[in-house]
Amino acid sequence: MMKHRYLPMTSQDEKDMLETIGVQSIDELFSDIPEKVRFKGEYDIKPAKSESALTKELAQLAGKNADSVRYASFLGAGVYDHYKPIIVDHVISRSEFYTAYTPYQPEISQGELQAIFEFQTMIAELTGMDIANSSMYDGGTALAEAGMLAAGQTRRKKILVSGAVHPESRDVVRTYALGQSIDVVEVPLKDGRTDIDALKEMVDENTATVMVQYPNFFGQVENLKELEPIVHEAGALFTVSSNPLSLGALTPPGKFGADITVGDAQPFGIPEAFGGPHCGYFAVTQKLMRKVPGRLVGETTDDEGRRGFVLTLQAREQHIRRDKATSNICSNQALNALAASVAMTALGKEGAKEIAMQNIAKTQYMKQQLKKSGLEIAFDGAHFNEITVKVGPSVKELNAALFEKGMIGGYDLGLSYDELQGHMLIAVTEQRSKEEIDAFVQVIDAFVRETEASHA
Amino acid sequence: MHKDNQPLIFEMTKQGRVGYSLPELDVPEVDLTELLGQDLVREEFAELPEVSELDIMRHYTALSKRNHGVDSGFYPLGSCTMKYNPKINESVARYSGFANIHPLQEESTVQGAMELMYDLQEHLKEITGMDEVTLQPAAGAHGEWTGLMMIRAFHEANGDFKRTKVIVPDSAHGTNPASATVAGFETVTVKSNEHGLVDLEDLKRVVGDDTAALMLTNPNTLGLFEEDILEMASIIHKVGGKLYYDGANLNAVMSKARPGDMGFDVVHLNLHKTFTGPHGGGGPGSGPVGVQADLIPYLPKPILIKTDEGFTFDYNRPESIGRVKPFYGNFGINVRAYTYIRTMGPDGLKKVTEYAVLNANYMMRRLAPHFDLPYDRHCKHEFVLSGRRQKKLGVRTLDMAKRLLDFGYHPPTIYFPLNVEEGMMIEPTETESKETLDDFIDAMIQISREVEENPEIVQNAPHTTVINRLDETKAARKPVLRYQKPTDSE
Repeated sequence: MMKHRYLPMTSQDEKDMLETIGVQSIDELFSDIPEKVRFKGEYDIKPAKSESALTKELAQLAGKNADSVRYASFLGAGVYDHYKPIIVDHVISRSEFYTAYTPYQPEISQGELQAIFEFQTMIAELTGMDIANSSMYDGGTALAEAGMLAAGQTRRKKILVSGAVHPESRDVVRTYALGQSIDVVEVPLKDGRTDIDALKEMVDENTATVMVQYPNFFGQVENLKELEPIVHEAGALFTVSSNPLSLGALTPPGKFGADITVGDAQPFGIPEAFGGPHCGYFAVTQKLMRKVPGRLVGETTDDEGRRGFVLTLQAREQHIRRDKATSNICSNQALNALAASVAMTALGKEGAKEIAMQNIAKTQYMKQQLKKSGLEIAFDGAHFNEITVKVGPSVKELNAALFEKGMIGGYDLGLSYDELQGHMLIAVTEQRSKEEIDAFVQVIDAFVRETEASHA
Repeated sequence: MHKDNQPLIFEMTKQGRVGYSLPELDVPEVDLTELLGQDLVREEFAELPEVSELDIMRHYTALSKRNHGVDSGFYPLGSCTMKYNPKINESVARYSGFANIHPLQEESTVQGAMELMYDLQEHLKEITGMDEVTLQPAAGAHGEWTGLMMIRAFHEANGDFKRTKVIVPDSAHGTNPASATVAGFETVTVKSNEHGLVDLEDLKRVVGDDTAALMLTNPNTLGLFEEDILEMASIIHKVGGKLYYDGANLNAVMSKARPGDMGFDVVHLNLHKTFTGPHGGGGPGSGPVGVQADLIPYLPKPILIKTDEGFTFDYNRPESIGRVKPFYGNFGINVRAYTYIRTMGPDGLKKVTEYAVLNANYMMRRLAPHFDLPYDRHCKHEFVLSGRRQKKLGVRTLDMAKRLLDFGYHPPTIYFPLNVEEGMMIEPTETESKETLDDFIDAMIQISREVEENPEIVQNAPHTTVINRLDETKAARKPVLRYQKPTDSE
């Protein structure tokens, strides 16, 4: 019998157990599978590898990828290379957390429940909202769930989504809306922000919600103060998708009257991981508390008056309400919510502000250096940690040139916006040093001059 | 274990302490008000904790001690497949070339990651017997909804708009009907028969030209294999509906029966269950979806393809349902699942299922004399006991579950499936030894004796945990969902 380190069964165990059951062989236990559908033999898949051989193979595979440790990354567009306090990984590596299931037995899950209660508090604090849930899959699906909540709450069937919301999030909103037969209409842009005059024309008595992103996909800070009354006068809910790291320095959406604030906590200590798992969050006003999708942790007491935490308001959820649930979400991103909590705790009250300020300062520096080189910045309003720069016909070629110099270039906006062909979205986080920014500007400047010369 | 409260991290705050290390700002400072305007500059700090790094580590270490995971002890939580989470998975997922890569990098710089995804898809195709697989869904429920959206798109592409109903058995997971609702369908319930299997007569009664799909878990949530699966497939296909496989219980049938061979059109898998991506205290998971050839055009986009020049994402998918998630799924969990599959190989995966089923049947036989066994036949990877005998003596299944905590066990899933009175759903998994099973069985037998001789000890359990049973009604009636800093007057 082949031995395997995860399988403690010995041949003696097997014999004893079969005897207790009263069967001759393991095969007998599968006699209820009809002959016609029985799979014979073994899967045609790669053979097992030893621990050392497999780690060697997979390390080589990982080595084929260019990571943001070896390369200075200027790529953002919704996923960022930020400071990840080393302590984060030490906390989430405690297997009492990562090998546990959903905390349905509160007496032996107080650790997880309290950690999530703290996460809910931190997200509520940063966003300026009354309450937050225990997490969603990611920012995109959280935004889509916000749309469904709004449609249910207002009994209206139209979502207006700003064109400056992340293109992939908009795609996800559309897919969810399709299932619910909700119309999704895009609000056009003006100078890289939501066109407020256009929105005024578009919003009407069928509008369930207006969705904007703050800071938006181009890093521009939307004018929530001007947007809010337009949305609420129409009786719609105001949904803001927000990078929570920016809220260390920016006025939180809650202060501007957002009804729902969603986003992704990836910037807080969660690796880019090729797009996931990240950590969606979902925060609302008190009024919408009972409409929130997903799990909520609440405080209570035991019979001796000790404080404890439980999953609560479960009547909203699929395992109780089945087809009447507010959402079908079950698994969420608990471990990443824990990671984000540790990062938010490490940064703390002052660090959260300092890191946000550094992002603004570094991006401002990048912008000035690019301008000095005569490069054209597409949108010049207030921004957080991203800017749009015109680089000429081929963003792909520029990225290849940057890559040769050890840098990962920005996002090719032409892939998502026809009118922005030849524009690159650049992210400058606190991770990028002045030297790296200068080197980046140098390559981009040389590249643009060269292309211009060859086209002259 | 000490029973003192662990303070909230906010209650440990002391002004002036920090737990971070940011680089000195090496570019000129900016005046935020000047740059952004007064309105946009945050006036008050967010009330995050102010603690040192040791404070943080002690806090979370204390919390971890108040939490039970698979590494802490046996966790026979039915339908959740709480098997061992291999440590190699955790190491590999943290390789910088997997953890620190951006989803929008040029494809030429992430070929290794794309190769892993592609090979995982190939492995899952073989394991499920399906023609194509997407890794985009983030979890099981997300996969269910994705699959149903594809079925909807398929019917609509055929000009068939009258298929508004999805059929689910009364024993189905709650996510099945919830996902059907989110995908815009109405749910119809089909009854189980006296053997715990789908009642074929009732199925024939509820199907029709309005049937979009039947969602099934096989083996079902009672741990019983739906023997009439081919007939069910034929009933559904005859009326033009599609058959959906909820892969939550795949651990029971690997190398024994493939969903594709049973007639299923769409399958979702829970990589965090069968394939050891850890549960993480509730997530993140990963819920890939496999489909038969006729549904391939509707897969979420992009799909990953292999060309002569390497791997690439194909966005040109006019019939696709669209995106279900930004980027390409929970890659980090997919790395773990891939590592597991490559660790086990074909012979290993076969043994996984055989031992999972052997363990479950062994436990069931040994416990059967002490509890009611509503469906007395070979189970697959899990089985369901009923506590109705104990209920007559005034002890509920909930009490017995709480008593198990005193023995250091996580209790089984209780009160599910809904068609068993006082149900206890037990899933041991293949990674547990006979000694562990025997110890747990002994504890269960002792509890059944206590119910007869000393019911109070069970009714008042647990006795050894950091906290007693909590007042859940109070939590729901006046919800406190966050910490509020006391005002100065308090």
